[in-house]
Amino acid sequence: MMFAGLSRNDKLLFAGFTIAALAMPLLAWPVGANYPDLLQKFAIYGIFAIGFNILFGLTGYLSFGHAAFLGVGSYAAVWMFKGVTMNVIPAVIFGVMVSGMFAALIGFVSLRRSGIYFSILTLAFAQMSYNLAYSVLTPITNGETGLQLRQDDARILDRMFVEQSEGLPSTNLFGLEMSGYPGFYFCCVLLIIAFFIALRIQRSPFGMMLRAIKTNQVRMNYTGFNTRPYALTAFIISGMYAGLAGSLLAVTDPLAGAERMQWTASGEVVLMTILGGAGTLVGPILGAGLIKYFENIFSSYNDGLLAESFSFLPDFLNDALVFVIGPFVGEGWSLLLGIVFMAIVIFLPGGLMEGLARIHGWYRRRGQGDAGRNVAKQAAE
Amino acid sequence: MDVILLQLLNGLDKGGAYALIALGLTIIFGTLGVVNFAHGALFMLGAFCAVSVQALLTISKKVKDESIKFFDAYKEIPYLEAWWGDTGATIIDYAVPISILIAIPLMLLIGLGMERGLIRYFYKRPHAEQILVTFGLAIVVQELIKAQFGANPIPTPAPEVIAGSANVGLWVGLGESVVYPWWRLIYLAFAGVVIALAFAFLNLTTYGMVVRAGMADRETVGLLGINIQRRFTIVFGMAAVIAGLAGVMYTPILPPDYHMGMDFLVLSFVVVVVGGMGSLGGAVLAGFMLGILQSFASMNEVKSILPGIDQIIIYLIAVVILLVRPRGLLGRKGVMES
Amino acid sequence: MAILEVNDVNKAFGGLKALNAVNLSVEEGTVHAIIGPNGAGKSTLLNCFVGRLIPDTGSVMFNGQSLLGIKPHKINQTGVARVFQTPEIFTDLSILENVMIPAFAKVDGSFRINAWKTVGTRGEVRDMAEKVLEEVGLHEKRDIIASSLSRGDKRRLEMAMCLVQDPKLLLLDEPTAGMSRADTNNTVDLLQRVGTHITKIVIEHDMHVVFSLADHISVLAQGTVIAGGKPEDIKGNPKVQEAYLGGAHA
Repeated sequence: MMFAGLSRNDKLLFAGFTIAALAMPLLAWPVGANYPDLLQKFAIYGIFAIGFNILFGLTGYLSFGHAAFLGVGSYAAVWMFKGVTMNVIPAVIFGVMVSGMFAALIGFVSLRRSGIYFSILTLAFAQMSYNLAYSVLTPITNGETGLQLRQDDARILDRMFVEQSEGLPSTNLFGLEMSGYPGFYFCCVLLIIAFFIALRIQRSPFGMMLRAIKTNQVRMNYTGFNTRPYALTAFIISGMYAGLAGSLLAVTDPLAGAERMQWTASGEVVLMTILGGAGTLVGPILGAGLIKYFENIFSSYNDGLLAESFSFLPDFLNDALVFVIGPFVGEGWSLLLGIVFMAIVIFLPGGLMEGLARIHGWYRRRGQGDAGRNVAKQAAE
Repeated sequence: MDVILLQLLNGLDKGGAYALIALGLTIIFGTLGVVNFAHGALFMLGAFCAVSVQALLTISKKVKDESIKFFDAYKEIPYLEAWWGDTGATIIDYAVPISILIAIPLMLLIGLGMERGLIRYFYKRPHAEQILVTFGLAIVVQELIKAQFGANPIPTPAPEVIAGSANVGLWVGLGESVVYPWWRLIYLAFAGVVIALAFAFLNLTTYGMVVRAGMADRETVGLLGINIQRRFTIVFGMAAVIAGLAGVMYTPILPPDYHMGMDFLVLSFVVVVVGGMGSLGGAVLAGFMLGILQSFASMNEVKSILPGIDQIIIYLIAVVILLVRPRGLLGRKGVMES
Repeated sequence: MAILEVNDVNKAFGGLKALNAVNLSVEEGTVHAIIGPNGAGKSTLLNCFVGRLIPDTGSVMFNGQSLLGIKPHKINQTGVARVFQTPEIFTDLSILENVMIPAFAKVDGSFRINAWKTVGTRGEVRDMAEKVLEEVGLHEKRDIIASSLSRGDKRRLEMAMCLVQDPKLLLLDEPTAGMSRADTNNTVDLLQRVGTHITKIVIEHDMHVVFSLADHISVLAQGTVIAGGKPEDIKGNPKVQEAYLGGAHA
């Protein structure tokens, strides 16, 4: 029933995805990514990217403000932890709801315009939210320091039912502590659900309308569709996905800070989606995983470590390599990211999925002719 | 009343910066049809041009400090001072005005380079990709500056002779105690002059007329056999110079740091939206308006009633205007409406 | 019965009077052509029918209801479909999808969140689309991406997109603009063959097309209707010849 109407390919895709997600620790092991913290990040940013893709890849609206919803989700979740219970379920639900409402508000105003105007507005709202969180709404957000758990938090439900231990409590799923691998699997299950929902949206008439809006909004209007509620719905859905991601960030590490809402964070999810392939199902997740993986590697390097890893080379070569690669590691990760961003937009705007489709098509064409290209295109979408 | 005058002047200063950036943005969008997310970076590059010139002029050498007798102490003396004494010191003092001279050709080159090397490949591509590539460029520039100059703001003072304050109170009959820094007044005048020149160029010269015609209907102008492309490239260069100069001149007012590019860009975009996309007059008007609003919102009296209002007042006004009058203050109907 | 009544429509842009006391009446089931030299105001008039422009004065009544100031999607839902000068289609989607979308608008209305069922389960919509594709002769190409179609085929696709909604009124804005002789003939053929019960308003420059299709012709020049009547009457009308002054190509 849940899978009714999905094609065989889609069912296989979903099955394959579920297996890959659940087996992520194993898959990550050979490339040295088998840390629960990092795996959690893969899942969380995967969710963020899938949601963003619904607005950008599917509907064609480029938002620079989605980090605001990520932040709001985090704050909401932490408040739930502080005020009611450390159980993660209420926190996640609350985070998704609050960011959904926030998205409805911002979307309503921003969608009064389309195209470039819209993108500018979302950027402005993101900056405004960041400023609000950083210096205006400090009673709610605790400003610069960020919102953290405290020993004497209200935790109404918890205090009623559970004995409070010394020190800070940890987030839990009905008793199971949400750190390490259990934390990862919680995020992972939500990732699979998020993927499934996105899959259904993409294959539904609603999804087709969104794609049509991206292609030719004018035509949609003259064909009898009121495009504004469609775009707003897509906006709210993607905001809720971001809120979910934000809540999960708080689940795995119960604090919320304003820097999460900066425009650079919004830019990051844009890059993940584009790098993987905007508009495809799997692309954004792939992009998120790759970015987080390489961020983990590159940011932890510095010149000293670089020199060490090249220590087997003669000195002058070592120095030269450190000189060339140095600016791009550690703090320079953002620089590298910016350059990769530009390169993808200039040379491969369809992202990795487009690259794969091209390679696939090239192979197919050697045997089958143009039919292969269309099939490859469809499979990747 | 004195406070109001000061805040008004502050607002006009800040508004001037916004107006100049917004002006460049609108010109580029109107002529090339490109939304340049890297425009704030151009402003920042101008500012850091001044920083670099100052750094260059003050390259120092270690010299024995004769005034300390107890032990061998060293101090740093800029080479210019060491060679030319007082003249050298004066040159260093005038770092900012000197950078203006350097910034003009430099920003022109950067602007032309940017247009020829990157932007022109994106004319035919979707708006989203234009935004994205200039956004990426903005990030790259920001990170390069951060890597080169560090994360802290770098003070760049105005020349000594101008460092003092003017008695604006006397000019408007408010008494002697109301003073305002000379440099800020100069900035105000500078902004006004540049805006006036830009408008004069666009409205009074043939070249400008062709550019405006191109803004209204690029295809037709092209069909008339005029090489509109070359003109647009030069216009881009000019917009870059305007932004860069605005940046250079602003350095004594606000010590430049690596994220000023994006800070000013977001606000300038809001200015463009409020003023009406495609309207030069709107951009300038909205720039000054919002600058003044922000200035008044940061007054202590206002902040005590509505804490933090100065951070968000511009956005709030933008929201209100968008809800009430979607095309902005002076925008043409139907431009970019949903 | 007049399905569209245009009464005393005036529209000025600044100092330019684009439409001057325009009166028009379109009978149901007929093909009504609007012709006139360049700058006569034909597109301006059309834009008043589809919610894009609001006249300064006057009324536009469709089946007794005013079309003025109504949003384009609502106008479509009342039964008015439109073909653009340059075919507006969904270039990134397949031909079948292109036609299914207007079908969905007809069946589901202007906004519905069908996010759970897949497109595949909506067989009735698919059938509607396929039927129309067969009528216009694009059925074999239904899975091809629309961007790869020729200009003539894009026009046919756009027609199919309008026809699938079974509109009461079809507005065609220079449907053969920029087409080769062969494509033009194909388009005329299509218009004669398909949707014969639909009222059509055609703005055209090509007199051959006009005289092949029209039951009634209105001639617009400098914002006013200078002549209206059956094709035979218009052919010999001296006012019309004067207005064109050597511009007509028969």
